Amino acid sequence: MFNAFTKKAILIGLTFAALVGIYFGCKSSKEVVSGDVAKAVYVPPGSYDEFYLFTSGGFNGQVGVYGLPSGRHFKTISVFSQNPETGYGYTEETKPMLMTSYGFIPWDDSPHPELSMTDGVPDGRFLFINANNTPRVAKIDLRTFETTEIIEIPNAAGNHASPFVTENTEYIVASTMFSIPIPQADVSISSYKENFKGTISFIALDPKTERMNLAFQILVPGFDYDLAHAGKGPSHDWAFFTCYNTEQANTLLEVNASKNDKDFIAAVNWKLAEKYVQEGKAKKMNVEYYHNVYDEKKHMATSEVKTAVLVLEPKDCPGMIYYLPTPKSPHGVDVDPTGEYIVGGGKLATVIPVHSFSKMLKAIENKQFDGEINGIPILKYEAVMAGEVQNPGLGPLHTEFDGKGYAYTSCFVSSEIVKWKLGTWEVVDRIPVYYSVGHLCIPGGDSKKPWGKYVVALNKITKDRYLPTGPELTQSAQLIDITGEKMKMLLDFPTVGEPHYAQSIPAEILMKNSAKIYKLEENQHPYAVLKEADARVERKGNEVHIYMTAIRSHFAPDNIEGIKAGDVVYFHVTNLEQDWDIPHGFTIKGLTNAEMLIMPGQTKTIVWKPTKPGVYPFYCTDFSSALHQEMQGYVRVSPANANVQISYNTTGKK
Amino acid sequence: MKKSSKILLLVSSLILIGIFFFPLWTIDLQAPQYPEGLTMGSWINKISGDLKIINDLNHYVGMKEIVPDAIPELKYMPFIVGFLIVFGLVNFFLGNKKLVWVWIILFVLLGAIGLYDFYMWEYDYGHNLNPNAAIKIPGMAYQPPLIGSKQMLNFHVDSYPSIGFVIIAVSILLAILAIYLSRNVEHKQEG
Repeated sequence: MFNAFTKKAILIGLTFAALVGIYFGCKSSKEVVSGDVAKAVYVPPGSYDEFYLFTSGGFNGQVGVYGLPSGRHFKTISVFSQNPETGYGYTEETKPMLMTSYGFIPWDDSPHPELSMTDGVPDGRFLFINANNTPRVAKIDLRTFETTEIIEIPNAAGNHASPFVTENTEYIVASTMFSIPIPQADVSISSYKENFKGTISFIALDPKTERMNLAFQILVPGFDYDLAHAGKGPSHDWAFFTCYNTEQANTLLEVNASKNDKDFIAAVNWKLAEKYVQEGKAKKMNVEYYHNVYDEKKHMATSEVKTAVLVLEPKDCPGMIYYLPTPKSPHGVDVDPTGEYIVGGGKLATVIPVHSFSKMLKAIENKQFDGEINGIPILKYEAVMAGEVQNPGLGPLHTEFDGKGYAYTSCFVSSEIVKWKLGTWEVVDRIPVYYSVGHLCIPGGDSKKPWGKYVVALNKITKDRYLPTGPELTQSAQLIDITGEKMKMLLDFPTVGEPHYAQSIPAEILMKNSAKIYKLEENQHPYAVLKEADARVERKGNEVHIYMTAIRSHFAPDNIEGIKAGDVVYFHVTNLEQDWDIPHGFTIKGLTNAEMLIMPGQTKTIVWKPTKPGVYPFYCTDFSSALHQEMQGYVRVSPANANVQISYNTTGKK
Repeated sequence: MKKSSKILLLVSSLILIGIFFFPLWTIDLQAPQYPEGLTMGSWINKISGDLKIINDLNHYVGMKEIVPDAIPELKYMPFIVGFLIVFGLVNFFLGNKKLVWVWIILFVLLGAIGLYDFYMWEYDYGHNLNPNAAIKIPGMAYQPPLIGSKQMLNFHVDSYPSIGFVIIAVSILLAILAIYLSRNVEHKQEG
């Protein structure tokens, strides 16, 4: 009896456990992916990925470079943050890159990468990325994968709706997520409505010099300008900016800025703005901002302080800017490949609103306005609306396109990507993502010609997706196949920083232009030594300049005497190699600075301030030859009052 | 000589201009860490290719640096080729078979001397090693083959004639063909 009862109890218990298991198994995010997906993401050893993926580093201020479909990480490009690994922001050559009107800033938050475009298609010349905290826009040269230019944006705070480019990269846009007093002033925060303003900035890219220049700013009402995208094709002349907080709250925005049923997408006719600037309608405003340029021949950055900016006011410039009412604090604004549809991501809305560019032009022509704010006409919602995607999912944020008539929208709250059809506005497919997707990225997905093979979900929450690493977890991206009718989950891959947004481009466009070395004969660094015989040490007062060369496997000079405690020692190290993938590193004991990695043909400078007498070894940190360990030397530091003259030797030929 | 022979002589001389534009000989190197390969081309007047990288690697085993300016042959070879072109053109105008023979024999002789000279340079670079080299392997020499392939430490070396050499060979063959075509006409022409 007892035995039978026990058996029954165990049986019931097991059944219950199995049911629970099945229930939670189904609910689990760990469902098995279908089909032979391993093959779809497997890139065999020695083979290349089909696409580059550039993810913003978000709060790490850098850019991550990955391959698709493998999700392998190749490089972290230093942009707004110092990198002690390479010396970026520590070497004398790169310190000016991080200069701002607030002084040297070692960090920023960098949300959006954007590829330069020609005819509305990524051309592989540059990648732009914005700094949100201290507003700036950076340009990365995709031949070297290095940051070569950073421009500060005056009259701005929270440069979030940036750095989206116009169809031929005529302009890169920037804006204010936080409205502020313009010009800055010591006013009460509660005087927000009266004193706070926003700006929308247009940075021109000179087609010849490829340098950025802050062309003009538009002074706009003090809302929060959130995201942007430029038009294309028929909407070429226009750029669109979402804004929330039209309530103009200055405290507890999560409640106070969520009251209005509709906020706006601002449509800016930049071509007309350009004309108004030429006609002299812009006012010159005194400001201070930095423009930092890295010269790839001199291997050196320089900062220029600029003191004026041209500002347009909408009331003086009829037809330049209109507001399109858009439901509930819109976040993303995305323009479809034809340039006709403008999709708003109403993050608190129950629909995805889509505006029609042609209807917008007609509404402007017929003056279908619903009032105006500071000279900016508000268009009637019904007059500009093309359609609404019903029940898309909760918290729709961003939309990208596959070029085959479909749009893909990320839904943060319901943690899914929703596929819907342009024109019919019907949802055709949805796929859960893990967890809480922010931006999403289709290669060329915000351009005129998307390579609609994959969508990458850039998730905000990771939780149980990987082996745990304490409270701080990796960030997570997911790769989804979009070639079929149904979306297919292929791969999870971790990313560094916060991969806020990403851009992807076919590898073949970039690979062929990627530099292998810097040419020594083009090295115009003022402290370069192009042959070992010219290596030397020079004293100028308490400054000592060491003109050093590095080549496998020695430094020249490698024995240096005559340095004194209290000297400021500049190591100018030139890597004489001209061979692919032979960088040299440099550091010295007690260096209260970063090491530096010097690429073939490059010159870098690090400053050392020895304080204590003794003999200090230096060595190469990058293993590049069988005699790497032998690549070392000594510096003798004598007391400040010692009478030791500068002397040095080189091991190489004269 | 026949008109056709003379035209062959003209072509034979003029194509030699081509060796100013192509290497005579190329040495290709491959190693595990050089999947892209390294190459060195010997021209009549210069050394082309990845000379700097090859020199940087050669110093490990104590080989001398290959400095084109220190190779006098590169300075006077263009004049020898220039002389052969002019000589060939003279033969085209005169059509003198004997002089054509002189040209051919001279050319072959100079070519042989050139190859021997090239071999001696290779021998010197490969054997005359710095006793203080970082890597010393007893009995090991680093002379690339004149023609053919050889494994030298981590490098696989291929040494073969290149386009410039083929032009020379064709030039000589054309001259021989010119004589052959006119084998029966000599007396009439000269008479």
